[in-house]
Amino acid sequence: MLKRTPLYEAHCRLGARMVEFGGWEMPLLYRGIVEEHLAVRQAAGVFDISHMGNFTVAGPGAGAFLNHCLTNDLDRLAVGQGQYTLMCNERGGVVDDLYVFRVKPDEYLLVVNAARTRADWEWLDALVDAAPTGDGFNLRDDTDRLAALALQGPRAAEILPRVIEGGSIAGMLVAGVAELKKNQWAGFVFRGHPVGVARTGYTGEDGFELVLPAGLAEEFWTLLLAAGKACALQPAGLGARDTLRTEMGYPLYGHELSEDITPLEAGLQRFVALSKGDFVGRNALLAQAEEGLRRRLVGFRMEGRTPPPRPGMEVQDTGGRVIGRVTSGTQSPSLGTGIGMALIAAAEAVEGRPIRVVMRGRAHPAVIVRRPILSRPKPGSGGASNDSALSASKAG
Amino acid sequence: MSDIPTELRYASTHEWVRLDGDLATVGISDHAQAELTDIVYVELPEVGADVAAGDSCAVVESVKTASDVYAPLSGKIIAVNEAVAKDPALINTDPYGEGWLFQIKPSDLSEYEDLLDADAYAEQIGE
Repeated sequence: MLKRTPLYEAHCRLGARMVEFGGWEMPLLYRGIVEEHLAVRQAAGVFDISHMGNFTVAGPGAGAFLNHCLTNDLDRLAVGQGQYTLMCNERGGVVDDLYVFRVKPDEYLLVVNAARTRADWEWLDALVDAAPTGDGFNLRDDTDRLAALALQGPRAAEILPRVIEGGSIAGMLVAGVAELKKNQWAGFVFRGHPVGVARTGYTGEDGFELVLPAGLAEEFWTLLLAAGKACALQPAGLGARDTLRTEMGYPLYGHELSEDITPLEAGLQRFVALSKGDFVGRNALLAQAEEGLRRRLVGFRMEGRTPPPRPGMEVQDTGGRVIGRVTSGTQSPSLGTGIGMALIAAAEAVEGRPIRVVMRGRAHPAVIVRRPILSRPKPGSGGASNDSALSASKAG
Repeated sequence: MSDIPTELRYASTHEWVRLDGDLATVGISDHAQAELTDIVYVELPEVGADVAAGDSCAVVESVKTASDVYAPLSGKIIAVNEAVAKDPALINTDPYGEGWLFQIKPSDLSEYEDLLDADAYAEQIGE
């Protein structure tokens, strides 16, 4: 039995086409993937992301425990800040990629992939058992009592203050949601209930990700769509979410990341703090960094009119030698050409190098490009002090 | 509800056929284009190729998936729609008109009689 988010009925009323994703019944599209994609690039779109897992880790020992489980340096997070990070196994393979927010001095919110929620919970639970007894903390799965939305697009900061009025009461203290900067988190009040808001996203556009009590979700969704109407806000489904993140070269667990792919191979070394002290997977990652990588993730763009590349397709060099496989691929609605990512032999992972992608027995020309595959102006009104976290990971 | 013109015949695999003398024009139904959503690439058969009814002879690809198009009739391919190869979105906007895919000179017109009429096709797709 597939799980449904608190917005399931709302999606059906909007005529969404529902699909299975990570054990959940989710909207693939409402009016069309391309239309929703372009709405996010040009105006704004809102996604139901309630399928993602929400864990809370709280207590005096929470920070030290998480810094042992996660690759990025948690000590760099002040209250009201978040960071992209990874959880690795002892071999350096990725258990999951996630966002962690420090919501209070001793309390952290982890937002994890839907398809990995159970695996992550079991992994963390095992690490809790293995942790030395020290300062206490506890681990809580809040996924089922929460709903989550992503409001994304250049007009997102115009829309959200119309629904969430007033200043924050927790996390980063700001006078209004639009004052949050990239990767900041704050708690606000909506109709007497708490709503967590982060200036983050998975589209390459400015925007917000929100977590609120499940019972409030439908009312909030309806109000948000009404408030955004004048700004051309559209509901957007998983189809557009995938094409948007692919244009940015952002990884998706199960495609660019797995228990057998390390963050270094995926080009995410910026989120692996090898010098912060010991953490799970560090020895394997150190060894890999010293020995050098055998394969790397790259972005690529098809040349001329070709079918869209798809995951699993073979990648060849121009001489016809197999050098790797496509991990994600689609037709870019913004560029009008096929784009994708591929895990290929490290020696071949050079920007600008021509490659071939084999589709139905025919090798079509492509070229390795820097990620993000679609170059974007920096998000504006957020006053981002650093560029979108993931976009800094370079091809090759 | 999708558009199902009554003057056409349909294959259960969602192709339509417009028979004009001994020339059959083929495309995919409005229902099929709506299911596929944004079509971004089309691979058409070679002009002059001989096809048998049921052969996969073209591919349409949307942002999400690739889908085979089957020859609804046996015969020789005598024309393909180059406009749709350049602008695959024509299949979404005008599936029975500018979005046609190829033309067949049928070798066995009795196959046409075996195709679904509009009512039978509507029933098949639950409309």
